[in-house]
Amino acid sequence: MRSTKSPVGVTAARSRHRLRARRWAGWLFALPALAFYGVFNFYPVLLSIQYSFYDWDGVGASTWVGLRNYTEVFTDNEQFSSLLHAFYLILFFTILPVTIALITASVLRQLQGRFTGALARTLLFLPQIIPGAAAGVAWTWMYSDNGVVNQLLRAIGLDGVTRAWLADYTWALTAVGFIGTWLSTGLCTMLLLAGIGKIDNSLYEAARIDGAGPIRQFLAVTLPGLRNEIGVCVTITIIAALASFDVVYLATQGGPGTQTMVPGVAVYRLAFNDARLGAASALAVVLALVVIAVVVPLQRLFREK
Amino acid sequence: MPERTQTARALRRRTPGLILITAAALYSVVPLLSMVSAALAPQGTFPSGLSWPSDPHWHNFVDAWNVANITTLLKSSMLIVLGVVPVAVLIATMAAYAIAVLEIPLGGVFYTVLVLTLTLPYEIVIVPLYEQTRAMGLLGTQWALILPLIGMNMPFAVFWMRAHFAGVPKELSEAAGMDGAGPWRALFHIHLPLARPAIASLALLMFLSTWNQFLLALVLIDDPNKRTMAGALQAFTTKYSTDQVLLNAGALLIMAPTILVFLVLQRHFVKALLQGSIKG
Repeated sequence: MRSTKSPVGVTAARSRHRLRARRWAGWLFALPALAFYGVFNFYPVLLSIQYSFYDWDGVGASTWVGLRNYTEVFTDNEQFSSLLHAFYLILFFTILPVTIALITASVLRQLQGRFTGALARTLLFLPQIIPGAAAGVAWTWMYSDNGVVNQLLRAIGLDGVTRAWLADYTWALTAVGFIGTWLSTGLCTMLLLAGIGKIDNSLYEAARIDGAGPIRQFLAVTLPGLRNEIGVCVTITIIAALASFDVVYLATQGGPGTQTMVPGVAVYRLAFNDARLGAASALAVVLALVVIAVVVPLQRLFREK
Repeated sequence: MPERTQTARALRRRTPGLILITAAALYSVVPLLSMVSAALAPQGTFPSGLSWPSDPHWHNFVDAWNVANITTLLKSSMLIVLGVVPVAVLIATMAAYAIAVLEIPLGGVFYTVLVLTLTLPYEIVIVPLYEQTRAMGLLGTQWALILPLIGMNMPFAVFWMRAHFAGVPKELSEAAGMDGAGPWRALFHIHLPLARPAIASLALLMFLSTWNQFLLALVLIDDPNKRTMAGALQAFTTKYSTDQVLLNAGALLIMAPTILVFLVLQRHFVKALLQGSIKG
């Protein structure tokens, strides 16, 4: 009986086969992207992991050193403090901008879009558009001996506290941090403003009828309503803080001493100044793991419902 | 006069907001204005903070244009942008189409891997990319930046275009199939026209990130004249670190193209950046 396969079945099988072949043929569309991604993104990530277990200067032979590069990340002062600095920068790249943006956006909500016109939007957004490297140059000038920051301090009679901020051992990292605040605030404000516009006005009405003042309204309506947008702001700015390179490299190169050393600059210096490709890769891998370890829980935390 | 008190009250209610937005706007532009004021001081002097020079030296910008090789840099940056953006947009769109519309086998796996690497910092690829481009003999040429940037753009670009294709009704492709259109014709005649806004936003975001690319430009191209504008800024600042006037004039020229493009396409930029952040 097994030989009497109906002709209909044969056709169906054949067309199913043809269909499956056609679906595989769709890969032709994805192949160029796969090739570029594979060669210039995915494979380098794997290579970095491989390098991180070796001692290698990029020219001579490489020697397997196991986890030694990794233990160095946590015991070498310059490398480990760069990670701590990155976390400190979150305060300025993320927490300050999101806080300022929340206040600005909720005040602006009451202005019913009058002042959120083209001019304000353009000016607020400007820092987002220029390269981080250029921001580094702009702020190096702001922070210099005769720059605007000291000029302002002198104008309000605080001559005593003026200094070359980026060269100051105590203040350099904080000064770098405020450059990050400058870079992130505009985007966060616009994002939260867009989110606030989507909150149903009747929620505010109801809160007002229940006797809620502006602060209660903010806590009970605005904050929960912006959960998603806040999550987005926090995620992108934290990644910017942890992986910062251009701003710091142009403003301070990690100095004075190692006061503003961040993982990005440390990776660059290990690899291209000290020719220690294995050590550089290990720090880069740790940095990537830190980013993932911070971002993944945040995604869960801020996901709606 | 009740009308008057009403206006006054409305004004009073708006004042804090007005002050706030003014302060925020000032904070955004003061660093740039202070650069302009320094750039207009006489060369060889030490400018001071934010002050409009009595005799603005506009010619400083011409000198900075020449010493910073802006003409060469503009050409180089445009070459890099033209090498990266159209190719990356095209192949990401094709891949997203294959994943979301053609539903290629294992497409979901490919997509998941792309998304998993979306948040990885550039630092993790920089050393291997240096070695790879050197082995390919491309180090120091614009290709050393163009090819890796296309690859680095794939996670976000495919993610972005897939989000667009996922929103296109299935019936559309089925109807195209009924009419005998193959996957190529369906893509070019039906899906691409619909995807135009998504593609335009993606191209804008990619233009910005390519033009502003710093780390890869610094590492992969030795000659500052072959880098992007942002990458060349590094060499320029080291060279003119003691000349505040020329340094600021040059840095402003280096920023000017993005600012100009932004001012012209402002609405699209803001929209693209906001959408980009929400999707990313």
